[in-house]
Amino acid sequence: MATNWYHYASPVTFYPLAGRLAPWFAAIAALLAAAGLWIGFGLAPTDATQGEAYRIIYIHVPTAWMAMFVYLVMAFWSALALAFNTRLSAMMAQALAPTGALMAALALWTGAFWGRPTWGTYWAWDARMTSTLILLFLYLGVIALRSAIDDPRRADRACAVLTLVGAVNVPIIYFSVRWWNTLHQGASVSLTAAPKMASLMLSGMLVMSFAAWAWCIAAALWRVRAIILERERGSAWVATLPGMGRSAGVPGQGPKGLRSPPPSRCATRVSD
Amino acid sequence: MNEFFAMGGYGWYVWMSYGACAVAVVAEVVALRARHRRAFADAKAAGVEPAPERMETAR
Repeated sequence: MATNWYHYASPVTFYPLAGRLAPWFAAIAALLAAAGLWIGFGLAPTDATQGEAYRIIYIHVPTAWMAMFVYLVMAFWSALALAFNTRLSAMMAQALAPTGALMAALALWTGAFWGRPTWGTYWAWDARMTSTLILLFLYLGVIALRSAIDDPRRADRACAVLTLVGAVNVPIIYFSVRWWNTLHQGASVSLTAAPKMASLMLSGMLVMSFAAWAWCIAAALWRVRAIILERERGSAWVATLPGMGRSAGVPGQGPKGLRSPPPSRCATRVSD
Repeated sequence: MNEFFAMGGYGWYVWMSYGACAVAVVAEVVALRARHRRAFADAKAAGVEPAPERMETAR
């Protein structure tokens, strides 16, 4: 019972698959977010030094992680698109950019509102914050570059190159707190508190991270469906999708009272 | 309950963070729904046409 994954490498087969998967990932994201918020706000205790302000961690760290991770996934699909010239890979990269930009913007926003009460400033030109801002600009740059090029296949290649060049920024963000003396704290998954407190805080943060992960997958799948329709519009398989008012030549599936012509003669649209 | 929303005096910072994320997720859902609906309607209006992009990729 080996699954042939190449079967889903075509937009024709991936479109319905993404439609089936997206609601599940959205539901998983909602459940995990509810559980994570319950752990973070209901169970986890107040931080000894930061008070209640630390609770921003449950949204700041997941969005910051996803901002970096989504970029790496986008770079992966871009590399595949460049190497194999596959349509769906480029569409996946295209679908990830807005969600990644959103995650980067939220990481910066929540970081600002965490920095103000703890560091006394909303913003500092510190290595981690600056490199995360560059990440947001890279996302926005990829989106802008695509909208500036009319030919989608040329846009695919240009965006893939920009994405891969910009990928060098991700390790810079990650190691920035080690390479430079930053205002931003170092990686502190282990908070210096009693073991039970730390484990509750950590589990709340991890559950919220998985929620953000599931949400990014759901959003990307949903968006890639729209992108497939936008780019495959006019093709025969899109015209025979359910709801398009045209059957695939199977009797009984056409619009009521209308006999669909055989598929080979579908040169013109049947009015509905 | 008020105590919960006050967040020990940090309510403004905590709820501005979570509020922005809630707004962002809702906005993304709305945008995704609208984009898919528009793409579907456009595809429906287009019907079957010889697309240059597809002919190029068929090589």
